[in-house]
Amino acid sequence: MTAGLWTNWILPGIWITIQLTVYSAALAAVVAFGIGIARTHHSRVVRFLAGFYTEVFRGTSALVLMFWLFFVMPGLFGWALVPMWAAVLALGLSYGAYGAEVVRGALNSVAPAQREAGVALSFTPWQRMRLILLPQAVPEMIPPFNNLLIELLKGTALVSLLGVADTSFSAYLVRLATQESVEIYSVTLVIYFVIAFVLTRGMRALERKTKAGVGITAAAGGTR
Amino acid sequence: MNNWDWSAVSDFMPAFLDGLLVTLQVLVLGSLLSFTLGLLWAVGYRGPRWVRWPVNIVTEFIRNTPLLVQLFFFYFVLPEWGVQASALTTGTLAIGLHYSTYTAQVYRAGIDAVPAGQWEAATALSLPVSRTWFAVILPQAIRRIVPALGNYVISMLKDTPLLMAIGVLEMLQQARLASAQSFQYAEPLTVVGVAFILIAYPASLLMRALERRLVR
Repeated sequence: MTAGLWTNWILPGIWITIQLTVYSAALAAVVAFGIGIARTHHSRVVRFLAGFYTEVFRGTSALVLMFWLFFVMPGLFGWALVPMWAAVLALGLSYGAYGAEVVRGALNSVAPAQREAGVALSFTPWQRMRLILLPQAVPEMIPPFNNLLIELLKGTALVSLLGVADTSFSAYLVRLATQESVEIYSVTLVIYFVIAFVLTRGMRALERKTKAGVGITAAAGGTR
Repeated sequence: MNNWDWSAVSDFMPAFLDGLLVTLQVLVLGSLLSFTLGLLWAVGYRGPRWVRWPVNIVTEFIRNTPLLVQLFFFYFVLPEWGVQASALTTGTLAIGLHYSTYTAQVYRAGIDAVPAGQWEAATALSLPVSRTWFAVILPQAIRRIVPALGNYVISMLKDTPLLMAIGVLEMLQQARLASAQSFQYAEPLTVVGVAFILIAYPASLLMRALERRLVR
């Protein structure tokens, strides 16, 4: 491969992949916490709606959702999305639904006495969530969130099918130009692997930091 | 929602059913491949160092890279290696290989959960390696991992639309062809989306029920 192929296609492609990952992870995090907290709400209606959301978005394929947002929404509702944002929306909404399950599981794993202590101190529900439950639940969420983040990174490759010029799309173009399939697709796989490795390292550091923040490194192997 | 057309839904039905059959075919063959290969990887994780290392590296690599790129890799590279395979075969192989690295993790967890005393008992009886695996360890391991394997079959179902990228006529590709012909995008794509939910949701309920019954 020549240098021109790198600077014109592959490097911009990697940049698009990174942007997609960051934007959709941000949206997925908002959805995950919103829906996940709603699933622990005391009102049955709120719990049902949040559960319905998770089942629908976990039930369908991310690629089908992406195509639906891109091709169907304009016709039905008159909104047209740029491919990039249709992709971010599809990835964020569906991985957010998986994340909601992580948030719910982690919130449920906080010892009930902690919540009761908050009630006894007459904290408001929001104060309990923000000051007691979330700080203890968040470190528990990080390893499964790491897995989801890697899934999301791999999911960004789907956008190349909408014509977004990400790493996979650039690989396709380079293959057309050079006819060297083995080289370009091996390089592409390595690029994704390196990004995934960096993300995993970052999440491990974050896990250590949040765990140290609530002082549960020692208790992690204990009763919980 | 003013331009929804029910006749477009019924026009799409024959093509949809063809696509559904292809999707199910990929799913069944891909699952069988991933169960078999995954077991091999999992046994490899417990092998001597010179087996464990490469197995770890290869499965980590496959697990951390996108299925779509792997699909293209095999689709373009197999012919260069002199292997002539149809898009359907290539797609099934790629998806089976990709998911084998996930089922390997499941097998590994199941095998690790078998008490150490069982290994020791097999050694004490001086059972050969193959009998230790097939008569002692695996029957105990597999029972409790059935639900986890099932969950990966559901994930695999939701990844089958990717095969459209190499021209496999599964549900999404049929929807795309139908909309390209009729210019009605909403109906075929919605039918396919709803079909996924209708298959995946009951399947995940079933897995949850199995999990309650088998895992304790």
